[in-house]
Amino acid sequence: MITLKKLFSHTVLTFALSAAALGVIGCGGVNLDNQPKYKPLAASRFFANGQSSRPLVEGTVPRGSFTTDSLLITGKVNGKLADLFPFPVTEQVLERGQDRFNTFCSPCHGRLANGEGMVVRRGFPQPPSFQTDSVRAMPAGFFFDVITNGFGRMYSYAPSVPVRDRWAIVAYIRALQLSENVAVKDLPEAEQHQLLGKAQ
Amino acid sequence: MAQLFHPRSTVISKASIVIVIIVLTSVIVAATEIYRSGYTTGQNVAREQPIPFSHKHHVNDEGLSCAYCHTSVDKSSFAGIPPTYTCMTCHSQIWTTSPMLQPVRDSYQTQKPLEWIRVHDLPDFVYFNHSIHINKGIGCETCHGRVDQMPLMRRQNTLFMAWCIDCHRAPEKYIRPRSEVFNMTYEYPKNQEAFGKKLVKEYNVQVNRITDCSTCHR
Repeated sequence: MITLKKLFSHTVLTFALSAAALGVIGCGGVNLDNQPKYKPLAASRFFANGQSSRPLVEGTVPRGSFTTDSLLITGKVNGKLADLFPFPVTEQVLERGQDRFNTFCSPCHGRLANGEGMVVRRGFPQPPSFQTDSVRAMPAGFFFDVITNGFGRMYSYAPSVPVRDRWAIVAYIRALQLSENVAVKDLPEAEQHQLLGKAQ
Repeated sequence: MAQLFHPRSTVISKASIVIVIIVLTSVIVAATEIYRSGYTTGQNVAREQPIPFSHKHHVNDEGLSCAYCHTSVDKSSFAGIPPTYTCMTCHSQIWTTSPMLQPVRDSYQTQKPLEWIRVHDLPDFVYFNHSIHINKGIGCETCHGRVDQMPLMRRQNTLFMAWCIDCHRAPEKYIRPRSEVFNMTYEYPKNQEAFGKKLVKEYNVQVNRITDCSTCHR
């Protein structure tokens, strides 16, 4: 027969063991909030420089993106900057180019590619306007090359802008150059009316 | 036989019941409030960073888009913290002698990354993905608040699961056109309910699946 005293001591023992077990799980077990795995850019004590991400070996290309299409990846054909696009320029490409241009280029070059971006007003040396005859005469591959490799004080934008986006930007630069240098008589009739109507 | 209880004990026993209820309630309310407060969750607490980087200045005064620095936000789970290289794209030319930016120049020269303190840190069992939110029309501001008005970065929201679920149960309340995702001052239209439902359909948001446990936990 179980005496009251025995029941009491059993209860105490059960509680004590449960508490101890919880303690072991809580302290020595896996912490689910911070699991032993690396998230992007996490620090590491394993590698000498303290970074968990390893630098890319030079010449590494993402799987599936290797190509020998020289025009696409360098803007050159037979070693010379080409005035060609490696893929058809559609409305979608132009829209992507507008979005990327406004994000990455407009801070310095301005939204009209006239070299009057906000960062220039803060003291960054002014880049040339793209709306001059000499820049307008540059081949498309030239702009691609500048985005890829940088130019003068401009750093390379290859790390932040993928290849196809660079071409989309070049296409949009062409659109901007056109839009800022078009004669009124070359506009569609409806827009001519609108423009002249406003000017009067 | 003498009376076991004094006449006053009725009052005392009744009062003690009330007191116990009050005390218990206060303890529960206090515990909940502390649990939800910025003290515990880190909400609205600015962290000390290696450089007092101002999002307000870069976004509001300079007009930089979020994606200029957080380049992988639309294609990866991780929005991306810019390398020092990105800072130096401008700061190799402007504010070149500012003592505040000395750690940036040191980092660039020594190739040792700046160690920013994480402001939004989800538990490791949550598999949050930035790109899906951006591509389905959830604005940066919806979760991160008016970052363009934050001189020092802080967490606008608790990141509690209840807060996530609030939107996952009714995305039409928060969805916006994809073109407005990076807009910090987007105003929802008056007919957001109907407009949101239209966008949810147009962007093919899987309303039946986004409240599944396995959507965020694996």
